[in-house]
Amino acid sequence: MDTKNIMIVGVGGQGSLLASKLLGRLLLDQGYDVKVSEVHGMSQRGGSVVTYVRFGDRVYSPIIDQGEADFIVSFELLEAARYTAFLKRGGRVITNTQQINPMPVITGAAAYPEGLVDQMAGAGVTVDAMDALALAEEAGSAKAVNLVLMGRLSRYFDLPEEAWQQAITASVPEKFLELNRRAFHLGRNS
Amino acid sequence: MKTLMLGNEAVARGLYEAGCAVVSSYPGTPSTEITEAVAKFPEVYAEWAPNEKVAMETAFGACLAGKRSFCGMKHVGLNVAADPLFTIAYTGVNAGMIIAVADDAGMHSSQNEQDSRHYARSAKLPMLEPADSAEALAFTKAAYELSERFDTPVLLKMCTRVSHSQSVVDTGERVEPPARPYEKNPAKYIMMPGYAKLRHPIVEERTQALAAWAEDCSFNRVEPGADHSMGILTASTSYQYVKEVVGDKYPVLKLGMVWPLPSKLIRDFAAGVDKLVVVEELDGFLESWCRELGLSVEGKSLFSPIDELSQNKVAKQLGAAPDVGKTLASPIPNRPPVMCAGCPHRGLFYTLNKLKLTVLGDIGCYTLGAVAPLSAIDSTICMGASVSGIHGFLKASGGEMDGKTVAVIGDSTFMHSGITGLVNIAYNESNATVIILDNSITGMTGHQQNPTTGFNLKGDPCTKIDLETLCKAVGIRRVRVVDPYDLSQCEQVIKEELAAPEASVVISRRPCALLKYVKHKPPLTVDAAKCVGCKACMKIGCPAISVTGGKAGVDPTLCVGCGVCQQLCKFDALQAGEEV
Repeated sequence: MDTKNIMIVGVGGQGSLLASKLLGRLLLDQGYDVKVSEVHGMSQRGGSVVTYVRFGDRVYSPIIDQGEADFIVSFELLEAARYTAFLKRGGRVITNTQQINPMPVITGAAAYPEGLVDQMAGAGVTVDAMDALALAEEAGSAKAVNLVLMGRLSRYFDLPEEAWQQAITASVPEKFLELNRRAFHLGRNS
Repeated sequence: MKTLMLGNEAVARGLYEAGCAVVSSYPGTPSTEITEAVAKFPEVYAEWAPNEKVAMETAFGACLAGKRSFCGMKHVGLNVAADPLFTIAYTGVNAGMIIAVADDAGMHSSQNEQDSRHYARSAKLPMLEPADSAEALAFTKAAYELSERFDTPVLLKMCTRVSHSQSVVDTGERVEPPARPYEKNPAKYIMMPGYAKLRHPIVEERTQALAAWAEDCSFNRVEPGADHSMGILTASTSYQYVKEVVGDKYPVLKLGMVWPLPSKLIRDFAAGVDKLVVVEELDGFLESWCRELGLSVEGKSLFSPIDELSQNKVAKQLGAAPDVGKTLASPIPNRPPVMCAGCPHRGLFYTLNKLKLTVLGDIGCYTLGAVAPLSAIDSTICMGASVSGIHGFLKASGGEMDGKTVAVIGDSTFMHSGITGLVNIAYNESNATVIILDNSITGMTGHQQNPTTGFNLKGDPCTKIDLETLCKAVGIRRVRVVDPYDLSQCEQVIKEELAAPEASVVISRRPCALLKYVKHKPPLTVDAAKCVGCKACMKIGCPAISVTGGKAGVDPTLCVGCGVCQQLCKFDALQAGEEV
């Protein structure tokens, strides 16, 4: 199988680490070679953050380059728009519609672009936008946005929900397991 | 068991499995997780040292005593530790010793983009360079054997993409290597001229022996390819990009040992291909060696010494890069890193900006005080440079900049190398005002303990160095403590210390807002009737505050109720939130 590429993007501190941990566990369990690449340090202080997840028979590069991503899973709308150049032809953006203003917008030096979902669709990007924050809150915590988005991503994989739920069990502390299971289920099925 | 591991965690696993007994490091992105991960094994003694020089000397002492030892650091940390490095290259080791250095091509979290391979050549030490986590684990274990066999410390070179990528590793069991009792041996371990002169020839011979050994060692391998019109010499993460792009098309010489280099292996490889291409990040280190061998080679003419490589950069020269995806017509605003909501540095930098001071800065989260709207830093060089730098700045200014200039440095950075600069200020008497930003943790690298926090790497309570006593002990008579959440106190104290006719230290003390034990207040609310939209609250650059439709708004998911913005509002529009 050719290498498949998933980018997880968002704002530093939003919790993309658990999403990549879950994907890594799941894909390793399915017998794939897997690489997960993240950047620590300065950018985690509220900056734009990217995690690369790659899987296949044999994965070489740990990163995903422009024109390569099968999926971009975004925790925040502007971050989805920032990385569309990384999408492969036929790739798909799955994005939370939540907006978090970056500092240049807060200070008035720049404007948060209007109608980003429509702009992406207009540019020919396949986009699956959802209010993941609302679903996470419905599941019990705003912090479960990551599992809601993983649930939505799971729709595009030919795997039973049980395989995902097993990976969640292996990746999440017992205390938060039920919350995360619910959030995943809501993301997958609503 | 097969599992996914960060390259750094794999190094830690390798240390554990190889029976490493003592680890001493200073945190630095992208090297930090090696030491954090190895500290989880009770069999290994692990600590944060105050700086990399101390860490390396501690690790050397441990290997001298007969136990396998390790120290880890980022590339710029190796500059700090370069002094012991060049001389333990002469003494060699008793038990094995590994020095890990992690480069940061692309400067994801660094102040320069240096290529640490040059250290291996100039200090005359072998250097291994893994290309993924499985190699990181295997090379770490093998490095101890190499170290003990050739009586040399071994450099283990990491980089951001190997350190911070998870890939599949197969873990093994720990071995306990036999003890190597310490024996007094002045000619080997006392490097005064008479003995050092005798050691230097041994070092040169060792490099020759290692070079010969490198010719057919398992770290270096030729991967065959059908098309001999080109052969590629590569290492580390660049190897992954090469394989991603060319697969098995061209022969590849993949080096796992990047110093000393196997001349015959490289010559033979070059002889079997029409054109030799070197793919390496940063400097043309391998390329230069090929040129010294008299080989015709291409490298930096194709691949820039600036920034990290990627598969597309390699593909542009050696294959075909994919079409870039669609981009939007709207410009996408940048999202630079910012100080967190509730960050204690914010109030302090607001004050420095307000007083229009010249600020010599240092390395840490607080470097973000340089960006708008705080814009309060004039220089950032390296760990400790603020405290040393202000002394020279004031000496050169002949009193003119006294009272208008401060140095800012974090608690961990101060312990790392700020204290020696402060000794200079006291001893050579400049009228400097040094502000220690004491947030009770090493922040930027992700919350490591340090000598001022009262806890060690394993999380156990330990001796807490008292900053006030320390500063007074080195000869600073004026030492003040302020709460950076209290803007008027900050301003008053800093003004007083700037006016004082002698050196002073102001400790701006409040724990990092991200620390788990820090209790936050409820988020503030905005009384829209009182808010006039003057944007005074925006001057502190807090990510929780924005102004839309002429009214301030506070994001309740970000605000931690620090109240700094409240002190800027002349209309009492920002209200303390109610406890739920």
